[in-house]
Amino acid sequence: MPSELVHKFMRIDHLPHIWCAGCGNGIIMRDVAVALQELIDDPESGVSREKTVIVSGIGCSSRAAGYMDFDSIHTTHGRAIAFATGIKFAHPELEVIVLTGDGDCSAIGGNHLIHAARRNIGLTVIAFNNDIYGMTGGQYSPTTPTGDVATTAPYGNFDRPFDIAQLAAGAGASFTARGSAYHARETTELIKQGIQHKGFSLIDVFSVCPTYYGRKNHKGGAVEMLAWQKENMVPASRYYAMSEEKRRDKIMVGILTHNDFPEYTQQYARLLERAKKAK
Amino acid sequence: MANKAVLMQGNEACVEGAIAAGMRFYAGYPITPSTEIAEQCALRLPQVGGRFIQMEDELASMAAVLGASATGMKAMTATSGPGFSLKQENIGYGCLAEIPCVIVDVQRSGPSTGLPTSPAQGDYMQARWGTHGDHPVIALSPSSVMETYKLIIRAFNLSEKYRTPVIFLMDEIVGHMREGIVPPDPNDLIINKRHISYRDGANKQCYAVPEGKYVPAMKPFGAGERYNITGLAHDVSGFPTNNNAVAGALYTRLMEKIDRNLDDIVRVEQTMLDDADTAVVCFGGTARAVMSAVLQAREEGMKVGMFRPITVWPFPEKQLRALLPGLKRILVVEHNYGQMVLEVRRAAAEKVPVDFLGRMDGTVISPKDILQKLRETEV
Amino acid sequence: MVGKKMLVIDQSWCKGCGICVAFCPKQALELVEEKVCLKADNECVLCGQCELRCPDYAIWLEDLEE
Repeated sequence: MPSELVHKFMRIDHLPHIWCAGCGNGIIMRDVAVALQELIDDPESGVSREKTVIVSGIGCSSRAAGYMDFDSIHTTHGRAIAFATGIKFAHPELEVIVLTGDGDCSAIGGNHLIHAARRNIGLTVIAFNNDIYGMTGGQYSPTTPTGDVATTAPYGNFDRPFDIAQLAAGAGASFTARGSAYHARETTELIKQGIQHKGFSLIDVFSVCPTYYGRKNHKGGAVEMLAWQKENMVPASRYYAMSEEKRRDKIMVGILTHNDFPEYTQQYARLLERAKKAK
Repeated sequence: MANKAVLMQGNEACVEGAIAAGMRFYAGYPITPSTEIAEQCALRLPQVGGRFIQMEDELASMAAVLGASATGMKAMTATSGPGFSLKQENIGYGCLAEIPCVIVDVQRSGPSTGLPTSPAQGDYMQARWGTHGDHPVIALSPSSVMETYKLIIRAFNLSEKYRTPVIFLMDEIVGHMREGIVPPDPNDLIINKRHISYRDGANKQCYAVPEGKYVPAMKPFGAGERYNITGLAHDVSGFPTNNNAVAGALYTRLMEKIDRNLDDIVRVEQTMLDDADTAVVCFGGTARAVMSAVLQAREEGMKVGMFRPITVWPFPEKQLRALLPGLKRILVVEHNYGQMVLEVRRAAAEKVPVDFLGRMDGTVISPKDILQKLRETEV
Repeated sequence: MVGKKMLVIDQSWCKGCGICVAFCPKQALELVEEKVCLKADNECVLCGQCELRCPDYAIWLEDLEE
């Protein structure tokens, strides 16, 4: 019997999961479960298990939906946010959480990401960002750093990478944040805040893929990759205490944008009132 | 209380019928010649407490419709050829995951951007085989504004009953046609509600069906059922499987739920066929010119009737075969290069010669064209 | 008062990635035949860092029953 958390919020009949040894996705999925547990246990949060729906697309990350013991839907590649939009718009009382990957949400599903951000519909999108297409065996993704190799970039990738959190922020997302597999406690807190935020939230969580990315790029296995995150990614409180020069080489773990824009389904509720009167 | 006659466009009738059927969620993307459906939904749905959303693209529209339906709402989208192509992957998802919804395709000339404002019926095969892999399909095609209103209700009913996406195959002719119609009294309509089951507790066999049945009851999201939907081949509990026997059983059930219920699903209009030696086969808006040609041919002494599949998929094979002994010839008339004619030839099995009259230049086939063809091919 | 906890390991779920071993502040863990074990000298201080980062939920802290 696994831990109480896993037993309570994951589908243990379907575990252990299919992810490789050292895959960061398992850590991030646990963060999501802890965040939900804490919110569900807190009667003030308004989050309930019955009214929570987990949506995913296709790719390694997206297998997470099937492991989480909630209403869950594992959709088509890239379309998780669009399915989630339908769910949330049909039933705004539902807490809709999208578990997606860098390819799923910023390549094939990039259009849905920016438009859901623009609408500010109350979804919580958690990107398991591992810089690679893992399920298909290691092709470069929109977040693969320039110069790295992949099976489809044997001479090195010369594309410039996306910063998914900045992309969502630029598209109008009212809550954007960055987490990492190493910074599990901080990431859990960010996911909690994202879920409680009324509008569109995106948490870009740096995962690690030792199998298809790390080892192929001389970045080591899971331990070395997590150690890199520990060294180079800094929680906001410490990050802002650093000098500008020291910050330059560091990546902040924390909230990037947090605005109080009107939420889409709440706006629609007002439209319904107007339409009723005009009828 | 009898309703008053109103002048209505086909696309508008599609929306009014859908609302009468209980459709309360529409997601779409503008595309000629279906745009009036989106516009009418934007106006009408808020008035009945429904939801309208203009999505960022066709793929998103289809996805949002499936998501909404998973929460228990009757949902619809509308598009035309290029958009229909874009929706196909998610239509397949709806077939496999068994999520009811209605997809309206107001056909226009293609391929590609083609002739956006011109009539065509080139999506007949796309309606059947548009998404990859073997899958069940129900597609209905109306030929008048009044029929559009009634048939879209049937589209929702079949979709709910068989838990499958239903394609509503309109064409520019019917979509943009205006006719006076008398909308049926809402109390006279038969509206299928979704077959929902709750609380099967630890036994989460959400895709299980009783012996001899084909359609599992659905569980809406948000009801505490905590079940899983996936586009992967799945077992009766809704989780992915690589077991060939389990996957095979799923695919067989999906096909059989339609194949074993053809009598319930298939509808055909058969006009003046009792004594006919010639059947003109057509669907959708083409029926207008065909009916006119049939009447003129009768005046000329030809024994001609019209066979019009209303359920265009599955093709009404049994109904056509029943006619074959009395027929000397069949003429298929379509606004395309010959699509339904392939099904007709298959059903006729060379027992009766099958001629074809088609057009794909963006103009309509006139009664004169059909009459001419009937004269030429008279046996 | 916080209740007593104990460290639990389910080796059947362990994939041997070594993350818990590497980030254990007390170096109390080791891999034996690619499965996590508590070292014999048991330096574990029940901090839970291993549970926090185990991608496979194979190691965790559990409340000790009274």
